Amino acid sequence: MRETPTVKKGDVVLSMRHIAKYFPGVKALDDVQLDLRAGEVHALMGENGAGKSTLIKVMTGVYERTSGTVTLHGQDINPKTPQEAQDLGISTVYQEVNLCPNLSVAENVYIGRQPMRFGQIDWHRMNADAVKLLESLDIHVDVTKTLDSYSVSVQQMIAIARAVDMSAGVLILDEPTSSLDSNEVAQLFAIIRHLRDQNMAILFVTHFMDQVYAISDRITVLRNGRYIGEYLAKDLPELDLVTKMIGQKFVDANTQAHRPSKDYSTVRFVRMEDISKRGLVHDFSMAVRAGEVLGLAGLLGSGRTEVAELLFGVTHFDDGVIYVGNDEVKRMNPRKALADQLGYCSEDRKVSGIVGDLSIRENIMLSLQAKKGLRRIPLKKQQEVAQKYIDLLDIKTPSMEKKIGDLSGGNQQKVLLARWLATDPKLLILDEPTRGIDINTKREIENLIVKLSRQGMAIIFISSEYEEMVRTCDRIIVLRDRHAVGELTDNQISQDNIMKVIAGGVAQ
Amino acid sequence: MNQVKQKLKGFMQHKEAWAVIGILIVLLFNVFFSPKFFQISFNNGHLYGSIIDVLNRGSSLVIVSLGMCLVIATRGVDISVGSVSAVGAMVAVFLLKSAGMAAAPAILCGLLAGLACGVWNGFLVAKLNIQPMIATLILMTVGRGIAQIISGGQILTINSKAYAFLGRGYVFGIPFPTIIMILVTLGVWLLTRKTSLGTSIEAVGINETSARYAGISTTQILWIVYIICGLLAALSGMIESANVSSADGNNNGLLLELDAILAVVLGGTSMDGGKFYLAGTVIGALFIQTLTTTIYTFGVPAETIMVVKALVVIFVVLLSTDRVKNAFAKLTERKKAGVENAG
Ligand SMILES: Nc1ncnc2c1ncn2[C@@H]1O[C@H](COP(=O)(O)OP(=O)(O)OP(=O)(O)O)[C@@H](O)[C@H]1O
Ligand SMILES: [Mg+2]
Repeated sequence: MRETPTVKKGDVVLSMRHIAKYFPGVKALDDVQLDLRAGEVHALMGENGAGKSTLIKVMTGVYERTSGTVTLHGQDINPKTPQEAQDLGISTVYQEVNLCPNLSVAENVYIGRQPMRFGQIDWHRMNADAVKLLESLDIHVDVTKTLDSYSVSVQQMIAIARAVDMSAGVLILDEPTSSLDSNEVAQLFAIIRHLRDQNMAILFVTHFMDQVYAISDRITVLRNGRYIGEYLAKDLPELDLVTKMIGQKFVDANTQAHRPSKDYSTVRFVRMEDISKRGLVHDFSMAVRAGEVLGLAGLLGSGRTEVAELLFGVTHFDDGVIYVGNDEVKRMNPRKALADQLGYCSEDRKVSGIVGDLSIRENIMLSLQAKKGLRRIPLKKQQEVAQKYIDLLDIKTPSMEKKIGDLSGGNQQKVLLARWLATDPKLLILDEPTRGIDINTKREIENLIVKLSRQGMAIIFISSEYEEMVRTCDRIIVLRDRHAVGELTDNQISQDNIMKVIAGGVAQ
Repeated sequence: MNQVKQKLKGFMQHKEAWAVIGILIVLLFNVFFSPKFFQISFNNGHLYGSIIDVLNRGSSLVIVSLGMCLVIATRGVDISVGSVSAVGAMVAVFLLKSAGMAAAPAILCGLLAGLACGVWNGFLVAKLNIQPMIATLILMTVGRGIAQIISGGQILTINSKAYAFLGRGYVFGIPFPTIIMILVTLGVWLLTRKTSLGTSIEAVGINETSARYAGISTTQILWIVYIICGLLAALSGMIESANVSSADGNNNGLLLELDAILAVVLGGTSMDGGKFYLAGTVIGALFIQTLTTTIYTFGVPAETIMVVKALVVIFVVLLSTDRVKNAFAKLTERKKAGVENAG
């Protein structure tokens, strides 16, 4: 790794000018600029598909830019690969974690730069170093286990740890917090502040407004691939920021999703009774009625996702009973769940969500088609359905025949939502459905959830964002350590109470 | 000029492009060095000529390759197709010879043998989650043993006219294998592209976990493709054996799996699974056959074919690596820039 020239706080370290990046049919970036300064945290803001990730990929050599210049410490650079960018001192955590799931945690942290001893990898030292590094970020894992034995959020923290460890001068974080809970976010911010004080230049992408203002000094806004402006965070109130992002007066920043009326039916559509799965969930019971939004709250690893996966039959329970309608289900699997009119929009869109090489249309139709069986839904009908959801969820794409893999992260998430809405389920399980979705669309999705429940759909809503849960849920079951520890209804529902119950207290 | 360039660029975007170019090159070669290649004559109500020969002798490879294509699309591979084709042929021939069965039921039994092989492979891959290469390796080795046991280690010869028709017959002057090939191609196309099966197969190949979460029964899909592959392998084995009126457990369909895989990959389907190209596969298989026939026409020893095929494999593998692809893209881009500057 090369030496970083000494820099003073506020010096421009990295500068991008007149950057353009065209994909077939899309001008992802058009005359964009960006300046990163030493000792500052810079937030890159914009709606889904605005071009944030593309700008980062252009900077770090994942994509070749169509035109424009990038200078680092005053010198033109043109890295051809992320490795080259890394060697120049630009360390990046991309939006989609791309580590190796079947290598150990330690190997992932040190891949490509393993400590050597007598011409061989020094496993002992590598594992010890990894433990030390991860502990310093408050991540407590067995570094010899494979990466995929840990949740997305832990993987995300490991990716961050790796980047932080390698960083020299510039650190880029593309939506690092989208799968983290508040403790982990606090952890991460402590690290970022520490690095900033060491005169590192840091670029940070997020859709959480509070995080932007908590950590960043400067903000660059992009809209539709164009540069809108650079501002000091303290000079740009949130409302103005949002207006710049979406390009019109942002009417109501705090629209409450309408709390549904209480007239949902008393018919319990799905019941889980004393469901257990060794090591994952312990004695969990719940019932969800048509027309209600039931929230599952809890810290990461509390068993929220596990409950969803057991209910949908992705994993199988050891003990207990599930009833769908009046039928007892001995063994659930996704195909049966689909036939029983359940839907499950899973947490990890890359691993268990998108089918990257298929088109947006095919991805939207996937579950509806699976439900219909071999008989192909006529193309015309497919196009109608796909178009309906592209409009409804404002999916930004030049054509529904584009590969879903080429969409921006947030737009991929919308396609997955569309996939399940298209099946018209009676119970829809949403696990972090708004992850990576911009603030405006997020509100629209919240409203949609409430509206669907009003029309009689039962919804199970899982989110790390308690604010979002409070706005949409009728009832919240709180989980801790893999079992339910409390339930909140009506006016008990508040962020405070959720946190109290999680912490072991009683709601009031 | 620019339009031509646009068209060319558009053409190269197609995954099938390389197989088409391959065939064109070999045909062009024949235009110069062996114009006889293109002669087609009509004798005794039969079409004759090298082109017809390619379509005739290439039929069995096309048929296996179509099955292989579906398997590869699911991110698998079936290296037992050669053995399975031998088993299919042996079952049919044995029943004709020793059990005195009529041709039609014997062929049906041959198909059933192929189906059973497919069920077995599917069981190992879909149910037991064994890696496809390993799973089908079992039948690749055991299959020939089974064929040997059936025939008692002999090469069985028969003189059933009806069975021979499968490999040597003509209908409306067109070789019967060619007709079967066309029907099978049509059938596989209808089955995958006119139902939801094709997309499901691709989904499983691209991201099995996502496919499963979306409610697709991945087990069922995997099973289906291995069964289709087994069926088609047996069919192709019987066509070959009918052509020579014999069955040889040791040598029928030897190295067929390699040709089939080559045809599929040449045709644009990636070994990493996902999107599959039936037309490309057919063209890829016919390319291999054109190459073989051309070399034979020149009276070159058969071993040379292996060398030429090896060269083709190297070429294809090189072309499909990212590095070469990027270099290629840059080359065309630079040319374009040059043209624009000049203009
Ligand atoms: N590889 C690609 N091929 C084609 N188009 C692409 C590709 N990558 C990105 N795009 C397009 O470029 C635009 C910008 O995408 P980008 O991923 O940069 O958005 P983003 O601002 O990061 O959005 P998000 O907040 O959803 O992550 C989108 O319209 C997207 O569809
Ligand atoms: Mg992005």
